[in-house]
Amino acid sequence: MTEFLQQLLNGISLGAIFALIALGYTMVYGVLRFINFAHADVFMVGSFVGYYAGKLVPEHSIWGGLFVLALAMIACAVLGVVIERLAYRPLRGGPTLNVLITAIGVSLLLENLGQFVFGATPRPFPELFPVTTYDFGGVFISSNQLVVIGVTLLLLFALRFIVMRTKIGTAMRAVSMNKQAASLVGINNDLVISFTFALGSALAAAGGILYALNYPSIDPLMGVLPGLKAFVAAVLGGIGNIPGAALGGMLLGIVETFVNGSEWSTYKDAIAFALLILILLFRPAGLLGRYVKEKV
Amino acid sequence: MPRPLLSLLVAIAAALGISAVSDHIDPYHLDVAVGIGINIILAVSLNLVNGYTGQFSLGHAGFMSVGAYLSAAVTMLLGPKLLGESGGTAWQQGGLFFGALVAGGLSAAFAGLLVGMPSLRLKGDYLAIVTLGFGEIIRVVFQNCEPLGGALGLNGIPAYTTIFWVLAFAALTVFTIYCLVHSTYGRGFLATHDDEIAAEAVGLNTTRYKIVAFVVGAFFAGIAGGLYGHFKQTISASGFDFTKSIEIVVMVILGGMGNTLGVILAAILLTLLPEVLRGFSDYRMIIYSLLLVVLMLVRPEGLFNFRRRRPTP
Repeated sequence: MTEFLQQLLNGISLGAIFALIALGYTMVYGVLRFINFAHADVFMVGSFVGYYAGKLVPEHSIWGGLFVLALAMIACAVLGVVIERLAYRPLRGGPTLNVLITAIGVSLLLENLGQFVFGATPRPFPELFPVTTYDFGGVFISSNQLVVIGVTLLLLFALRFIVMRTKIGTAMRAVSMNKQAASLVGINNDLVISFTFALGSALAAAGGILYALNYPSIDPLMGVLPGLKAFVAAVLGGIGNIPGAALGGMLLGIVETFVNGSEWSTYKDAIAFALLILILLFRPAGLLGRYVKEKV
Repeated sequence: MPRPLLSLLVAIAAALGISAVSDHIDPYHLDVAVGIGINIILAVSLNLVNGYTGQFSLGHAGFMSVGAYLSAAVTMLLGPKLLGESGGTAWQQGGLFFGALVAGGLSAAFAGLLVGMPSLRLKGDYLAIVTLGFGEIIRVVFQNCEPLGGALGLNGIPAYTTIFWVLAFAALTVFTIYCLVHSTYGRGFLATHDDEIAAEAVGLNTTRYKIVAFVVGAFFAGIAGGLYGHFKQTISASGFDFTKSIEIVVMVILGGMGNTLGVILAAILLTLLPEVLRGFSDYRMIIYSLLLVVLMLVRPEGLFNFRRRRPTP
């Protein structure tokens, strides 16, 4: 039983990180209808910003850690907006496939620039927050796991507030429903899309730092696998659907942790996709998504 | 004789001719030529799925790995039993190799059928991600399959691939896909690509077209995999990952979707480019990815697409 609880807890903290990255995919997809492959590399950049900024602040201090987190989120928000402005905006209205290829190109570019600038060797990530381990009757919780879950919950609620209660959030929802109609009622589409990218990339940066705290080694290709899985999580929950992304991320994190603890652990990278295919076969639009019949 | 068939025969004769003088060609150039041929098979077969039928598949490397492993297993496990200790004559070896390639192709086609089935219910990006997922699953399964070398991969595959086999199969691939797409039946691929709903409305079974495209595409990817394995003499599952699939997709996009000649040119260019950029190996991938982005921005219809087919949104 304690074994089960322990695994569940580890799964939730991994799932929280997947959820944060998945939110970026899902928001961009919701507004622009395309898979932003470069998102996974924004995640990587976020953790590297954290690596360099972490050297500036004293280790093991809560305020220092939060400062690094905020800095990385801001840096990646800017990066996200720049990518959108330079690579995606000129193609807006063009074929989806071309935007997709551009996204893949940007992703490769970030990975290779990362290898060039940061070097390809993995490096240890500094311990930003004070580390302690709490023991609840045999179930061990590290403070980093608590930070991950806490920060994720906070960001999720903040995002929910922004999307549902603020003016720009309403505009985002409007643009995601119908771009033309949105611009007719005076919404500046470009601004809303930039804002979406900023928000999604900031969440990816937070995910990157939280990931690096728990798996303390970072390298320029670290984003690829978590990125793919987070994307799977977004599709699993129903892409374009914010609660779906959170649910998908959690589900995937928990399943992966349990598989990792079983004799099937070498198959863990395949399980995520097998789960995805299985669910899509029964619910083609994902768990919380609605299937929209195409109209002529 | 119909023109495509004549071209095929000419191409195979040319392949025979080149292989006859291949001893006099610089081995490095020969290696590059084999690489180009394999990439042509991969790109042209993916073009049937992505270009002509308009389905976005990101799992082509997965099919390639199925073909590579299966055909290597045939020549390595069955070969010694069939040919005996002496290794057989050149004709026997050729026959064995051909059989192994076809076996690899067929098993990849079967994998294609398995992937094609979910496309019954999925579209666009969902399909892309499912094919990607299948590619990754295939990779992980091979990585864990101990009889096939596990994570270390298969080594000591006999070097049966020659320039003749590669050129002949490249010609055969181009021929088959050309004939398929230009047949009455094959017009359905283009119809599925252009407007799925309209195609359904005139009574085409678009699901079936998609599956046929997947199966045929996967078959040739499997053949390419077999050629690759018997060329490199060593294969490992990690060589057929997501990046490899992307590489093939880039060839198709660069050549112009649904434009076979363009795709062939793109396959040649993208095989030569890394060789040319070898001098700047540090910047090679940076240049490559930058080219990709810039190209999409300035020439979204593909580098070698001169017919300016209206890109479909």
